[in-house]
Amino acid sequence: MSDLFEDDAPNGTSNAPEFSVSELSGAVKKMIEGEFGFVRVRAEVGRVSLPRSGHMYFDLKDDKAVINAVSWKGQVAKMEHRPEEGMEVIATGRMTTFPGGSRYQLIVESIEPAGAGALMAMLEKRKKQLAAEGLFDPQRKQAIPYLPEVIGVVTSPSGAVIRDILHRLRDRFPRHVLLWPVAVQGQNSAREVANAIEQFNALPKGGKIPRPDLLIVARGGGSVEDLWGFNEEIVVRAAAASSIPLISAVGHETDTTLIDFASDMRAPTPTAAAEIAVPVRRELWVTIQEQKGRMARGLTQGLERRRQRLNDLARIMPTSDRLLDAPRQRFDVLEARLKQALTLSVTAKRHHLNTSAAGLRKSVLTAQVNRSRDRLTSLSRSLDPSKLAQVLQRNRQGFGQLSMRLSRAAQGQEQQRRQRLERLEAMRQAMGYEETLRRGYAVVRDAQDQLVTSADQADRIAQIQFADGRVDVGAGREAAQQPAQKPVQTERPKPKAKPVKGASDDQGSLF
Amino acid sequence: MTETSVSEMSFEVAMNELDQVVAKLERGEVALEDSINLYKRGAELKAHCEAKLKDAEEKVEKISVGADGKPVTAQAVEGL
Repeated sequence: MSDLFEDDAPNGTSNAPEFSVSELSGAVKKMIEGEFGFVRVRAEVGRVSLPRSGHMYFDLKDDKAVINAVSWKGQVAKMEHRPEEGMEVIATGRMTTFPGGSRYQLIVESIEPAGAGALMAMLEKRKKQLAAEGLFDPQRKQAIPYLPEVIGVVTSPSGAVIRDILHRLRDRFPRHVLLWPVAVQGQNSAREVANAIEQFNALPKGGKIPRPDLLIVARGGGSVEDLWGFNEEIVVRAAAASSIPLISAVGHETDTTLIDFASDMRAPTPTAAAEIAVPVRRELWVTIQEQKGRMARGLTQGLERRRQRLNDLARIMPTSDRLLDAPRQRFDVLEARLKQALTLSVTAKRHHLNTSAAGLRKSVLTAQVNRSRDRLTSLSRSLDPSKLAQVLQRNRQGFGQLSMRLSRAAQGQEQQRRQRLERLEAMRQAMGYEETLRRGYAVVRDAQDQLVTSADQADRIAQIQFADGRVDVGAGREAAQQPAQKPVQTERPKPKAKPVKGASDDQGSLF
Repeated sequence: MTETSVSEMSFEVAMNELDQVVAKLERGEVALEDSINLYKRGAELKAHCEAKLKDAEEKVEKISVGADGKPVTAQAVEGL
């Protein structure tokens, strides 16, 4: 009970010893590490993290509790199976505390899947993931060479597998075999196998070590765990990446590992791999010999067939004499016809000439000339000068009549115009101011012959016009002594009578 | 027919061509001059194939791997 009151009595009345925090933590650590120095825990793997340090931190959990777990770098490297989230595992290790954070954790030495079911589930998951990457695609598969010169075998140097392979190769077709020794089970297996595949591929052509043209990755039968290395991702990736065709032969016929999906060909057993790798030499030898025979026979038969054909053709070919018979006869016939044809042709041409020459006589030509002359004479007879004169006479009479009609029409028109002019003149005189002058009016003008129309301008009066003439007055009288009576003359003339009269005179002269 | 040098051919290529040569000669479809050339070619191919078949000597070598995982040598192994 006194413990309960310790806080309340800080000065301490109890006999219980006092711990420092470090001491308490150290005591807890000692106790835990002593008590749980070696434990096996069955758990589900929770969150896993693998920082660059190489240590692996993960959670181990069941439905009620979680324990932090850690595997140091060296332990991680040795692990046959890496923990993956969701995996059911049995972890082996020891408990420890982390005094700096009041935490405890399990240091995991090794981890194994809990039961085959869990392993298979993991395998299936990995297979799906690699398949999704396309590593198993059929179009990635390369053809296995028909007869490889050098075969690289990746397997254990001891054991039945390499013996089986070599034995079968020896039977079928002895080859140059390069054995790359690897551990086929255990922690290093996967890394060694992957390295062997990669290094075989890295060999240069024509180097010190010949580059194989075929790889066989083989292992004998075993448990799922024994074969596990061939399920590892690095092995699968190396097999898929190999540019040398690769045959996988892992375990027995019933065992399938992931390398089988990535290889170019899967052999059920190592022996079967050797059978796939090489053909049977003896059989090939026989085939080749047979082909030689067939070839010779083929050639001989070809020659024989041609010889036969030649003979046949020669038999049916006619002799040269007979070949010429027909043309020769044809020539004879044509020759005979040629002579006749010439004679006949000349005769025919002569006949034609005679016929044509018959019409060619002087009398015919003369008759034609006479006919033409007669025609000329009759035509010239009708060519009389008196007829021309008659025509001329007729045309002259027509012209005279026409010109008389023209002059009469012109005289009538002039008469009419003169009468009209007289009428117009009478009208003009009746309406003009000069008629007014006769009735006692006068027109008053200044020296510039302008009208003076108001009393204001009376001192400018220079001239007065009466009906019978003009009289200069005042200033006009002196001025009149020097210039002629030009203004008098500039009174408005009879504008129409003169031109009309002139015009009629001109017209008259036209006739 | 591809007139590649026979000596450089792989066994498989040579044998395939030999097959074709034989088939052509047997069918007798080629001209006389060609058939003789073909026969010569066939003989060459056959000799090459034979050489490849005779060259069937077993040789087993084991690679010794260096610490860096790279191959160091290939040494003959007996008794396997």
